[in-house]
Amino acid sequence: MDLTLDQLSVVTDGRALVRDLSLHVGSGTVVGLVGPNGSGKSTALRCIYRALKPSAGTVRAGEEDLVRLPPRQGAQLVAALAQDGAVDLDFTVAEAVALGRAPHLRGNQALSARERELCVRAMDRLGIGHLAGRGVLTLSGGERQRVLLARALVQEPRILVLDEPTNHLDVRHQVELLSQLRGSGLTVLVVLHDLNLAAGACDRIGVLSAGRLVTAGTPQEVLTEDLVEDVFGVRPTVVPHPKSGVPQLLYSIHPDSEESSPSCA
Amino acid sequence: MTAVVDAAEVAESRAPSRTSSAVVCGVLAVALVVSTVVAIGLGSAVVAPDDTARYLWAALSGGQIAGSEVTTYQIIWEIRTPRVLLAALVGAGLSAVGVAVQAMVRNALADPFVLGISSGASVGAVAVTVTGGLAAFGIYAVSAGAFLGALAAAVLVYAAASGGGGMSPLRLVLTGVAMSLGFQALMSVIVYLVPDGEATSTVLYWTMGGFGAATWGALPVVAAAVVLGTALLLRQSRTLDVLALGDETAASLGIGADRQRKLLLLLASLVTGVMVAVSGAIGFVGLVMPHLVRMVVGAVHARVLAVAPLAGAVFMVWADLAARTVVSPRELPLGVITALVGVPVFLSLMRRRAYLFGGR
Repeated sequence: MDLTLDQLSVVTDGRALVRDLSLHVGSGTVVGLVGPNGSGKSTALRCIYRALKPSAGTVRAGEEDLVRLPPRQGAQLVAALAQDGAVDLDFTVAEAVALGRAPHLRGNQALSARERELCVRAMDRLGIGHLAGRGVLTLSGGERQRVLLARALVQEPRILVLDEPTNHLDVRHQVELLSQLRGSGLTVLVVLHDLNLAAGACDRIGVLSAGRLVTAGTPQEVLTEDLVEDVFGVRPTVVPHPKSGVPQLLYSIHPDSEESSPSCA
Repeated sequence: MTAVVDAAEVAESRAPSRTSSAVVCGVLAVALVVSTVVAIGLGSAVVAPDDTARYLWAALSGGQIAGSEVTTYQIIWEIRTPRVLLAALVGAGLSAVGVAVQAMVRNALADPFVLGISSGASVGAVAVTVTGGLAAFGIYAVSAGAFLGALAAAVLVYAAASGGGGMSPLRLVLTGVAMSLGFQALMSVIVYLVPDGEATSTVLYWTMGGFGAATWGALPVVAAAVVLGTALLLRQSRTLDVLALGDETAASLGIGADRQRKLLLLLASLVTGVMVAVSGAIGFVGLVMPHLVRMVVGAVHARVLAVAPLAGAVFMVWADLAARTVVSPRELPLGVITALVGVPVFLSLMRRRAYLFGGR
């Protein structure tokens, strides 16, 4: 199922956070959303998982208008890894994962045998089966992120959106998480800060700046030295990855160079 | 990396908490029945449990008792039974509402009174006592005043918290705390301006709580509020789970957190208002019982909401028994007992178990 943002705008307190954003995520593809802090990436994502109502424009999952769809039905199509703070209550890993079934269940209806099996398989797939009985508040950052992904998978969505899922993860867990996303077969829209990871993990990349889409295309098309300098204010050296050929960005950091003040994008 | 764990093994690792919550419920239900009968028998006139059970059976089945036993029977049936039942109901209700409010405002320190409901009730009760208003309600005038005060407080908190950027948990708590302080000031003003003894003792009663005024007449309303409220919360238990994951995640799971908080505020206010009207603001139970229960059965609300009301009922029956027997014939304020007994129990459990709420 494909995901389409059409002329999406979000205005709060007279300030446009997102302006006329149109973006298409093809069925089964992974699209990255990059841009400097405050460029409207999270805001756009929040409209897709319905934490926010857009001021104008539509969000469509296949033919369904997500803005108009009842919340539960929307949640059956779209799952999200949002930027929430820590969970308050010490659910076990198995309990936290099972909450992904919430949009499919009425009231306090119990999980069916199939749904329990689904949860077990999702935990195994993400390598957290052995943690099933552990409290989520005792997990490391990498483990916790995999619990969230397992919860999103048992939601059985067609579309998955993720807001900076690699934050606070070490390199191994970053690579693992993005590999798991690629292997999920879902339509994925993911906000990433690390442009090199985005180049390696995404079929297409959309670049946001000040709430507008600057450009969208394959990593080769988008991640040019000029564009990165325009949008992020830092000029990188772009080289092809020695094995995969995807563009990789190298930054020069030395105190005397004029353009390359270490402002972290 | 991918440790293979089959379904049976996971089911097994989850099984202990599940069976234990059913077992805990069973044990608590038996304990509640036994506690109720024992507590009805104890007091300034002690009646043996088997006699108590016989009187209760006679009352329920319309059976016969000997003429010499009529006085004892009346103490048992007219005075103590409604009192103990009310204690059980209010203990259950405060625990259930405490669970809901803690989930609603995502705060471990929240209890049913954090939203200003108890101080609103106190103002209502004192206002009726001083002005003699609501005379149409007869002997229930003060209770009616307390209920109206509680509702007024809830409406004010709702209105103040829901303006602007939505009902965030912190906003609700801050509004509730501010309102409480305002109501307490209002109460002080009334007592100061009308310095009659009755107003002062009403204030004391409503702020400490107690079941001394229990009658059969008030029981059905309280029972309906507590039972319906708990049943509704149980039905919404998964929603409470999801609310604990944060507003963004709740939205992604199809649950609008603001809307759910409004509904929960409404439900909590009504149930708490009814309870405060008959028993005053009994502190501590609604704060601590949810935590105690989570330590035993875990965080999932379906289990917490099944166990907490039973645990709260048993605890309150014994707390009330202590309040009316320890310095008999005088009565200790119930809030004193709940805190004196509950605090050490709570602290020792906190030390023994790795209990986490809102981080490490």
